[in-house]
Amino acid sequence: MEKESYSRRSFLNKLWVALGVVAFAEVVAVAISFFKPQKAEPAADELDAIVIAGAVDSFEPGTVSAFVQGKFYLARLDDGGFLAMSRNCTHLSCSVPWISKENKFICPCHSSEFDIKGEVINPPAPRALDLYPVAIENNILSVDTSKPRRRSVFEPNQVVYVKKT
Amino acid sequence: MNNPHGHRTYFRSFLLHFRPRNVPERTLRLSLTWGLGGTALVLVFLLIATGLMLKFVYEPFPDRAYESVLYLNSNVPFGQLIRNIHWLSANGLVLVVFLHLLRVFYTGAFTRPRQLNWIIGLAAFAAVVLSNYTGYLLPWDQVSYWAITISTSMLDYLPGVGTNLKEWVLGGSEPGPGTLVNFYAIHTAILPALLLIALPFHFWRIRKAKGLVIPRSMDEDPDTQGELVDTMPHLIVREVAMAVLVLAVILVVAMLFNAPLTDQANPGLSPNPTKAPWYFVGIQELLMHFHPVFAVLVIPLTLFIGLLSIPYLKYDTDSSGVWFVSQKGRGLALLAVAVAIAGTVAGVLLDEQVFVNGVIGSPDMVSTGLLPFAIILGFCTGFYFLLKKGFKASNNEAVQALFTLLTTAFVVLTVIGIWFRGTGMQLMWAG
Repeated sequence: MEKESYSRRSFLNKLWVALGVVAFAEVVAVAISFFKPQKAEPAADELDAIVIAGAVDSFEPGTVSAFVQGKFYLARLDDGGFLAMSRNCTHLSCSVPWISKENKFICPCHSSEFDIKGEVINPPAPRALDLYPVAIENNILSVDTSKPRRRSVFEPNQVVYVKKT
Repeated sequence: MNNPHGHRTYFRSFLLHFRPRNVPERTLRLSLTWGLGGTALVLVFLLIATGLMLKFVYEPFPDRAYESVLYLNSNVPFGQLIRNIHWLSANGLVLVVFLHLLRVFYTGAFTRPRQLNWIIGLAAFAAVVLSNYTGYLLPWDQVSYWAITISTSMLDYLPGVGTNLKEWVLGGSEPGPGTLVNFYAIHTAILPALLLIALPFHFWRIRKAKGLVIPRSMDEDPDTQGELVDTMPHLIVREVAMAVLVLAVILVVAMLFNAPLTDQANPGLSPNPTKAPWYFVGIQELLMHFHPVFAVLVIPLTLFIGLLSIPYLKYDTDSSGVWFVSQKGRGLALLAVAVAIAGTVAGVLLDEQVFVNGVIGSPDMVSTGLLPFAIILGFCTGFYFLLKKGFKASNNEAVQALFTLLTTAFVVLTVIGIWFRGTGMQLMWAG
C-alpha cells in the first residue's frame, strides 16, 4: 500500500518536471520567434531588386561603374564581358571603393584588395566579391540585386557576354 | 553620543548594512586598491544618472537618431555636457575596470575564498564592454555605423550559427532600424539590469571573504590581520574623498572636451581608415593577421577560458596580498613585458612585410589560422617551461608571467592599431 502511493508520488513529481520543461520550451520558442528578424514583403522586394543598368555600349571595356542605388559595381572586362559585384568586402562587409588609378578595389577597413574580376589579390578577404546575376536583353543590362551569390574564386563562366547574333 | 534618532544615526546604520563595523587598517592603503573599484562604482552611478537623462532626448530610429543627438548638443540646456559626462564615464569605466582586474590579479586576490568573485568580476567587465559597444552605435554617425558593420560581420565566421546570429543581432541583413532598436533595448535595459544584479553580488562576496585581501610583504604570515579600525569614519571618509575626486576630474574634462561625433552614417562610404572602438582595436589588429575564425573566435575564446580558469589553477604557495608574488615574480613579470613587446612588434612587422605583401595567395584556415596560432601557442608553452625549468619559477610566478605576456601583447596590439595605422590601415610611424 505504502509503496504504491510512493510510486504515484514519484510519477506525479516527474510529471510536474516534464510539464515544467515543456512550459519552458514554449517560452523559449515564443521568445525566439518574437526576436526573429522580420522579412520584408517579398513582392515589393523583388520589384525593387531589378536594377536597369543601361545600354551595353555605354560601358567601356576595362572599366568599373558604381551603382549607388543597387549597392553594386558593374565591371566590364577587357574582353567585353560583364560582372555585377557587391560593394561589400567579403572580409567584414565594409564598402569597397574602386581605385581606378591602381585598377583595383581596396578596402579601407583591413586593406583587402580585389582585381577587376573581384578576385582577391591581397588578404585578409577570404573570398572573391559576391556576384549579382546579370541579364542582357536587347543590349540593355539589368542586374538582380535581391540576393548576392557567394563564390570562392573567379571562374570564367561567371562572366556574362552579349549573345552574338 | 548623538541623538539616537538623528539623521546621522540613520545614515550610519544604513551604511553598516553594507559594510562591516570595522575593517583591517591595512586594506585602507591606497597602494592596495588605488581606489579602482570605488572609482568604477562612481562611474556606474554617473552613467545611470546621465543615461536616464539622455533617454528623454534620444530617439532610436535611423532617420532621427543623429538629429536627436545634434539637437541634444545644441538645443538642450547642458545637453552637450551630459553627453560628454556619459561618454567620458563610459570609456573611463572600461579602462578603470581593466586596471581593477590587473590590481586584483597582481595582488593575488583571486584565490579561495575569492574565486567566485573573480568570475563575477569578469561577468561585470563583459557587461561594461558590451554596454560601451552597444552605446557606440546609438549616435548613428559614420564611425558607429561602420564599427557595428565590421563587428557584426565577424559573427558570420562563427561556424554553423554565425549568419543567423548576425541577422538576429542586426534585426536584418545589414545595420538598419532593427539594429538600432535592438542595441537601444540592450544598452538601456538588459545590460544595466545585469550590471545592477552583478554588482551587489560582487560586493556581497567581498564581505563573505571578510573584506579585501590584506596586503603584506612576502615573508609575512598570510593570517596576520593587523589593527582593526572603525569603518565609519576611516573607510567611508576615504571613499567619499575618492568619489569627490573622480567627480571633479570627470566634470572638468567633460567641460573641456566634447564627446566625438562624426558625420551622419552613410552606408555607401566606409571612412578610411575605419577603426573599431579603442577597446576592440586589439582584436581588429588580430584580424589583420589571422583568419577571422581565429581572430574573433579561437583566440578570444582561448584567452577568456584562460581568464576564467585563473582562480581554479593549483598554486604552489599562497601569495594573496603580496604584490607580484615575490621579488622573482616581479622580475619575471618584467621579463614577460619585454618579451611581449619585442615579440608582438616583431610578429606584426614580419607578417606585414614578409607574408602579406610577399606571398600572394587566397587566405585559408591553415596558413593564416592554424599555423600561426600553433606557433604562438608553442611560443607561450616554451616560455612557460623556460620559466619553470630555466628560472625555477613557482607556479604562481609562471602563471603571472604568462598572464603578463598575453596582456602586454594585447595592449601592444591595441597601441599599434590606435596610433600606428593610417590610411588603408597601412602601418606608419606617426600618430
